[in-house]
Amino acid sequence: MSDRVRLTVFGVSLAGLLALLVWGLAGLPDFGDFQGAYGQLLNRVAVPERSTTDVVTAVNFDYRGFDTLGEEFILFAAVIGVASILRTLRGERIRRPDDDAAGRHVPETSLLVRVTGLGLVAPTILVGIYIVAHGHQTPGGGFQGGVILATALLLIYLSADYMTMRAVGPTWLIELAEGLGAAGFALIGVGGLVFGSAFFENFLGKGTPGELPSAGTIPLSNTAVGLAVTGGFVFMLSEFLQQALTHRRVHHHRRGGARRAS
Amino acid sequence: MSFLPYAVAVWIVGVGLYGIVTSRDLVHLVICLSVMQSASYLVLLSIGYVKDASAPVFADVPLGTRAVDPVVQALTLTDVVVGTTVTALLLALSVQAHKRYGTLDPRRLRPGRATRRHG
Repeated sequence: MSDRVRLTVFGVSLAGLLALLVWGLAGLPDFGDFQGAYGQLLNRVAVPERSTTDVVTAVNFDYRGFDTLGEEFILFAAVIGVASILRTLRGERIRRPDDDAAGRHVPETSLLVRVTGLGLVAPTILVGIYIVAHGHQTPGGGFQGGVILATALLLIYLSADYMTMRAVGPTWLIELAEGLGAAGFALIGVGGLVFGSAFFENFLGKGTPGELPSAGTIPLSNTAVGLAVTGGFVFMLSEFLQQALTHRRVHHHRRGGARRAS
Repeated sequence: MSFLPYAVAVWIVGVGLYGIVTSRDLVHLVICLSVMQSASYLVLLSIGYVKDASAPVFADVPLGTRAVDPVVQALTLTDVVVGTTVTALLLALSVQAHKRYGTLDPRRLRPGRATRRHG
């Protein structure tokens, strides 16, 4: 099929799809005029019931904590997926980390990048922990904070090198964080069964809204998810870095332009 | 005017899909897919929006203040996580496709072009 025919066919079907989308979306409530009873109810009861001032977190880690467990395990499954897709294949060997992509000259990391990057590591970790710890009070939580924490390790890679990054975050530690976080979150759910009456029931004392230790199991869930997300993201990022830096095919391609390492 | 946010979402789906169909690079294609998916964040958040309302966070506004719907916001978080995982998996597949075919151009990824794989 030529490009022209392909684009014409696509154009016609795209117009159809978009028309359907407009038709479907036109049936939604007018923008700014949403009357969702469930959400408005939660906005009234979440603070007195659960002592969280952030209702979104109350929804995620309490009212529909079960769904968030699924979400957490989607991430877990993706980490496993990336690890198995990017495993070391037969015919590949691991070598000293070196970026030797064809035709690319990698300049020495400048002093400015080193100093700024390393200087940002501590504040990044602090912000990450803050976002995780205050998830039940202000926007944030385990998912958001976990991603921030994972960037701290990337900053180390950026300002030092790959080996330093691996030394600061060795695989066993990353896997431990990922595993403990995911298992911990599931166990908090089971705790609801053991100490309460339902899976993911908030079984701890709720405390006073606005205080750091409040909202029962929600901060614990956020910490567990934060650990799991940090571990998962660092793991995925280092898998990609390994592909770029340490994995080399021993044999040459029969076709294709990319230069292969010896 | 009240349809505008939804119209933007439709437009984002359109440009994302156009990018995917005309893509000559798998990484570009994956990014186009994330662009397309971001339309769903916009739709979710637009549905839950309430005029003149604050965020559903009562840390510094009194309880009972009109706030937007928290449920769709929570769904958006799930959506973002799913989007990230899809992107990560597709990028990983792109890395392997490049190893196998020596190209990232989707039009040149044909079974016959595969180099012999040692694994």
